[in-house]
Parts: sequence; C-alpha cells; structure tokens
Amino acid sequence: MEQTTEIIKMVPLQQYVLFCALIFSIGVIGVLIKRNALVIFMSIEMMLNSINLLLVAFSVYHNDPNGQVFVFFVMLVAAAEVAVGLALLVMVYRHTHSIDINFLNKLKW
Amino acid sequence: MITQYLFYFFSILTLFSAMMVLLSKKPIHSVLFLTLAFFSISGHYILLNAQFIAIVHLIVYAGAIMVLFLFTVMLLNLNIAEIGKKKKISIITAVLAGCLLFLTIAAALQKMNLVFPENASLTQIGLVKNLGKVLFKEFRLPFEVSSILFLAAMVGAVMLGKKTGD
Amino acid sequence: MINLVWLIPLFPLLGFLLTGLFYKRLTHSFSGWFVSLMVLFSFILSTGIFIELWNGANAQNIILFDWIKTGNVSLPFEFLVDSLSATMLMIVTGVGFLIHVYSIGYMHDDEGFNRFFSYMNLFVFFMLILVLGGSYTIMFIGWEGVGLCSYLLIGFWFKNNDYNNAAKKAFIMNRIGDLGFLLGMFLIFWHYGSLTYTEVFENVKIVSTNSEIMTWATILLFIGAIGKSAQIPLFTWLPDAMAGPTPVSALIHAATMVTAGVYMVARSNTLYILAPVTLNIIAGIGLATALMAALIALFQNDIKKVLAYSTVSQLGLMFVGLGVRAFTGAIFHLTTHAFFKALLFLAAGSVIHALHGEQDIRNMGGLRKKIPLTFFVFLIGTLAISGIPPFAGFFSKDEILAGIYSENQFVWILAILTSMLTGFYMFRLLFLTFSGKFRGTNESKIHESPKIMTIPLLLLALLSTIGGFAGIPEGFGTHFLKGFLSPVFENQAMMHHDVHSLSTEIILMTVAMILTLTTIALAWQTFVKKAKIPAEESTERKGIMKLLYDKFYIDELYNMIIIKPVKYFSKLFYEIIELKLIDNIVEKTGKMTIKTGHTLRFIQNGHVGFYLAAMVIGIILVLLFNL
Repeated sequence: MEQTTEIIKMVPLQQYVLFCALIFSIGVIGVLIKRNALVIFMSIEMMLNSINLLLVAFSVYHNDPNGQVFVFFVMLVAAAEVAVGLALLVMVYRHTHSIDINFLNKLKW
Repeated sequence: MITQYLFYFFSILTLFSAMMVLLSKKPIHSVLFLTLAFFSISGHYILLNAQFIAIVHLIVYAGAIMVLFLFTVMLLNLNIAEIGKKKKISIITAVLAGCLLFLTIAAALQKMNLVFPENASLTQIGLVKNLGKVLFKEFRLPFEVSSILFLAAMVGAVMLGKKTGD
Repeated sequence: MINLVWLIPLFPLLGFLLTGLFYKRLTHSFSGWFVSLMVLFSFILSTGIFIELWNGANAQNIILFDWIKTGNVSLPFEFLVDSLSATMLMIVTGVGFLIHVYSIGYMHDDEGFNRFFSYMNLFVFFMLILVLGGSYTIMFIGWEGVGLCSYLLIGFWFKNNDYNNAAKKAFIMNRIGDLGFLLGMFLIFWHYGSLTYTEVFENVKIVSTNSEIMTWATILLFIGAIGKSAQIPLFTWLPDAMAGPTPVSALIHAATMVTAGVYMVARSNTLYILAPVTLNIIAGIGLATALMAALIALFQNDIKKVLAYSTVSQLGLMFVGLGVRAFTGAIFHLTTHAFFKALLFLAAGSVIHALHGEQDIRNMGGLRKKIPLTFFVFLIGTLAISGIPPFAGFFSKDEILAGIYSENQFVWILAILTSMLTGFYMFRLLFLTFSGKFRGTNESKIHESPKIMTIPLLLLALLSTIGGFAGIPEGFGTHFLKGFLSPVFENQAMMHHDVHSLSTEIILMTVAMILTLTTIALAWQTFVKKAKIPAEESTERKGIMKLLYDKFYIDELYNMIIIKPVKYFSKLFYEIIELKLIDNIVEKTGKMTIKTGHTLRFIQNGHVGFYLAAMVIGIILVLLFNL
C-alpha cells in the first residue's frame, strides 16, 4: 500500500473546497425543498459528509492528524443522532400516520 | 494525473448521486442513491490516503446508518410517493438560497490564500497506526466520553421506540 | 469668648433637634423651658462677645470649615464677629428669649406645642447663621432658612386652608426676592472672585470699580431685601402672615426676620456707598412703602393687621435711613423697633388671650380697667413707636429724620407726615382697644394674662423706655451706638455729614414732636371724646376712604397681573401639552410595542420547513456579513 501511494499526485485544495461547498449546498437545498422527513434527514447526513471530506482534505494538506480524529468523532455523533432521530420519526409516525412535516405544526403561537 | 482523473470521476459520481437523492420520486430510491454517494465519498478518502477514515466511513455510514434508513422505510412502509411538493415559491426561494450559500462560500474561497504543498507525496497520517496513536494519546478522554454518548443514544432510541401505553 | 461663637447657633439647633425628634414624648413644660434655656445660653454667649468687642477687641473672621472647594471656587463656612453682628446677636437672642418665655404661656393649651417650639428654635438658629455669616453665602443659608421657618410658623395651624395660603404667599414672595439676592451674589462673585465680606470689601476699595456693575449688584441684593423686609412691591405677604400665632408675628415679622434686609444693606455699606443710584432707589422705595403702609393702617380693624402695616411702615423708614446713608441711624432704629414692636405684638397677644381669640378692635373697648398691666405696656409701646421722648423710638427716629433732612428737604416733609400718621393710627388702636365701653360679648371672662406672659412684657417695656439712651445725639451726650458701630461704618466721614448744628437739630426735634403730639390729640378727640367707632364691614365707603380701606387694591392687582396669567398658562400646558402630547407619546410607545409583538408572533407558525429556511437564511447573512 505504501508504494502505490508514492505515485499518486495530489489535487489542489481549492477544488476540494468547491466540491464540498457544492455538496453542502445540495444538502441545504434538499432540507429546504423536501416535505418528506426522511429525505430531510438524509440531506442532513449528506451535509455532514461533505464537512467530513473537507476536514480530511485539510488535515492531509496540513499534515495534521487532528483533522481526521475530529472526523472520527463527527461520524460518531452522526451515528448516534441518526439512531435517536429515526426513533423519534417512528414515534411521530405512530401518532400521526404520516411523515409529512407540514402536519407537525402544533407548536405555533 | 491519475489522481486528477480519479478525483473528477468520484466527484461527478457523488454529485450525480446527490442530485438524484433530491430528484427521486420514491423515498427508497433516495436512500439507495445516498448509499452510492457515500461509497464515492469513501473513494475520495482513499485518494487522500485517509485509510482508516475510509474504512470506518464505509462501515458506519454505508453499513449502519443507511441500513437503519432502509429498515425504517421498509418496515413502516414509507415508500409512498404521495407526499406532495411544497409551494412553487418556496422551492424557488430554497434553490436560490442554496445557490446563494454556494456562491458565498466560493467567494470566500477567492479571498483565501491556499498554499500548494511543497512535496507532492502523500502523508502517512491517514494510516491506522498513526491515527491510532494520536487518538489514544491526546484524545483519550473524548474517546471514553463518547461511549457514554452512545449509551445515552441507545437508551434514548429504545425508550422512544417503545409502544406507548406500557 | 469670641472663639466660642460657633456655640451660639448650636444651642438653638440642639433645641430644635431634641424637640423636633421627640415631640411626641416630651412634656410641654420640659420642651418649653428647654428651648427657652437654649436661647438663653446663646444670649449669655452673645453678651460675652458683645462685652469683649465693647472693650476694644478686634473684629474677627472665623472660618469653621471648608464647605465648598472646587477649582477656583472656595466658599468656606465662616462667621464674622464684629460690632454689627454683635448688636444683631443681642437683639435676636435677647428678644428671642423673651418671646420664647412668653410663648410658653401663650401656647400652653395648643396640641402642637412641641412642634411650635422646635420651629421657633430652628428659626433662631437660621437667624443667627444669617447674622453671624461671614460671607454672602452663609448669609444666604440663613436667609433661606428663615424664609422656610416663616412658612412653617405662619402655617402653624395648618388645618385652616387660609393660613396655608398665607404661608405659601409669604414663602413665594420671599423666593422672588431671593432670586434677586442670588443674582446679586453671582455678580459679586464674578467680579471679585469671592463672597467673603472682608475680601469683597477690600477688593472694592482697591480695584477701580465699574460703577455700573456696582449699581446692578446692589440693586439685585436690594431686591432680595425687598422680598424679605416687605417693601413695595413685595409687601402683601406680611399682613397676611398675621395668620400665624402672635409670638410668631412678634419674633419673625417684627423683630428679626424682616430686619434681615436692613441688616444686609447695612453690612454691605461699602458697596452701597459706591452706588448712589441704588441709594436713591432704596430711599424712594422705603419712603413710598412707609407712606402707603401708614395710610392703609389708618383704616384697619384687626389688631394684628394694624401692627403689621406699622411694621411695614417702620421698615420703610429704616430703608429711607439707609438710603440717605444714615447707617447707624437705621441700625439704631432697627434695635429700638425690635423692642417696641415685639412689645406691641406680645401685648396684642395678651389682649387676644384675654378676650379668648377676639381680634377685631370694633368688638373691644374699655379694657383699661380689666387688664391694666397689658394696657400699661401697650401704652409704653405706643409712645415709643410714635416717637415721644424719652422713649426709645424718639431717639432712633429722630436720627433718621436728621439724616433725611440733611439730604433732601422734601423727603423730610414726607417722612414727618409718615411719623404723624404713625402716631395717629397707633393711638387710634390704643384708644379703640382700651378706652371707652366694652363693645364685645363675654365680658365676665376677661382676665389678665399669667405671670409667664407679663414678665417678658414688662422687660420689653423697660427696654423700650431706656433703650433710646444708647444713641443720644452728639450734642446732648455720647452716642454709644455710633461709637460702637463705627468700625463697620467707617466711611461715615464720607457719608452723612452733620451739616446742621446743634440748634438745627433741636429745632427739627421740636417740630417733629409738636406735630406728632397734634395728631395724637386729634386721635384722642376722635376716638375718646367723640367715641367714634370704625364702621362695620358692610358699610358703603366712598372715594379715598374706600381706596384706603381696601388697601389700595394691591392684592387684586397682583391677582390680575400675575396669578391669572399663570393659572391660564398652567391650564393651557396641562390640557394641550401634557394630556394631548406627552401622554399620547408615552401611550403610543407602549401600544406600538404590543402591536409589534402581535405582528412578530406569526414567525412562530410551527412549520418546521419555515424554521429550517430561516436558519439557512440566517447563516447566509452571517457569512455575508463576515466576508
């Protein structure tokens, strides 16, 4: 594995930033457009992923392992969040038999 | 050279999957496209020689989280595409907001001064051994505390998932 | 002894605090005697200081502590102990003590007894500060303080609304004068950098003074004196101030407070000499006041009001004396006036006490047999005020008249006329009250006042008799007072020049005496022989009589010129600006807050999508802002 890595050249960092920004924006659009709570969740995961990628890219470029350790923890928290979030979703579905977020407006003025 | 092409390939794959996540009519298709996106991002990680992250990403995201999503979709029979769209104006505003966000970040990028690395060889910090050293030396406490976080998440998920009336 | 001068105001202050704080718990007899004792101690100390100064001690400016000291402004709390302030100290504490003792008897069955004495002691305290003050600032403290105490004591029986109005009137008119006093003080401070008497008077002599500034400063100070000493146009408060208890009228409105203006002008004699225009104004106003008050007093039917107008008239005469630069004469008349006016007021109080509250002289008469002691002292007081020798008023009034004569003959004629009128209305008062037949009700209950009231009366009568001998004109003997006060009025050589010889003086005295005796005889004729009684309230009066009886309509004039416009503007401001403008603004601000709340609550519409969108927009804005 170490030998293969010698010949692989590196990609400029700006491209990584742009790419991650694009994925992040797509995630934001997804959060704002969709009415299905599940798809909104998935868009949030996509956003988290783009951030992970960006962190790793920076950590590699600055030769700093802290970035990748941080990514490790982000993944950790994302996993926990998904678990709890889906449990909540299931509970909401049981009560309202729908996962349309437009029906979840009881907390209004 | 190869790196560039691989980068573009994986990027296009990721972008395509992301777009399809949003544009699919059925939720199950969105879930599957998202899994594909995760795989391609894992490819990015391998390009960057972040080996540990790549494998863990595959295991955690593609292996656990997406499976959770799939279970939810299939067990609750959420594969109905009846959920309508939002109002047209909301969609237009949302897309505009997203594009604006992207443009802002891109503009911020213009102001940054990102230096190219001197030597073109990849670093060794992505290897499991090196990353493990850092994780267990400097970040031991967060590591241990995260186990409590998981415990809380598990307990929470189980409590929330219980049938009411018990 | 002079070093202990700071104790002098401290005793009455102690009396005030003790009686004021514990007024519910102290017995009447204890508080009455305690406060009188305090004034007595001050009197003993004052006597000591007086004797020291008489024996040739120098005047001293004693600084007690640094009161205000910022930047260039340094106003220490200082006392000036010289012959003038020593004289005033004797008057204030001496007469004050006698009046305090008298009040123990007069107010003995009043439930506000302790409160009364605490106010009286507070008044003595402030008056002493005024008199002892070594700078205009300290004098002003006392000036304001006596105004306050005057208000408290006039409105002593506060349950009566008319008395409260009288107290307010006194205080407000005093205040108007105080504005002039303050402006004068500012002017002096601006030009001489200090307000201490010694420094200002030195600077005035050294620095070549712009006479315009001096004129304005002295006029402004005199305006303060107009308010405090009830001259035209600010005199209407004094007759109304008779609403207070009689000892108050005696102490404040006869002997001490109203003389503060005269004292102030006498103290600032160095300034006034350099402003001849002001001196003319002072003489003119004093004369007009003396004459007008005497005319009004001719037709008054309330025993205290006659005495009030006579006070105004005598004060006017004192100011005329000051205006013709007879400073010693004015101070001398101030002293003797304190004696016999206090005597007259206290005797009137004795009459009122004997008749259980009757004050209208038309319901009196024939009291000579019933309360002979009061009659006796009242007679002495009347003789003194009319200027009959050898009583006190003769010498002092004569000195002023001599000073006037050497300045302006015409003014002298008017002053003589005022003296004649004084004799007439005072004897009218005496005859209507004490001779003839008793015209009132309740004849059997009339009794003489108790010893505690009559002994001060007798002492004051004694002073009124022999007090004049302190100032015998030079031709006949030594003028003790002039010699004593000469360091203060050292410019006497420049002032009042004794142009006239001894013979002129004798002629003047004789003329004055004859004219006064004539008017007294006329009074006898009218009120004893013919036994004419003043007409009732409702009688129609014509022409001049009506004018005089209604006090020249001055109160009505003030009402029209000043009070009505003020009320009008007050109403205007209230209805338009207060209600419509300011209230509206305040209310609308409150309502606007509520409305904004009502509008903004729609942000919380419960839609998750909306919240997400809001979050994204917020993030974008933050990013943009930081870019």
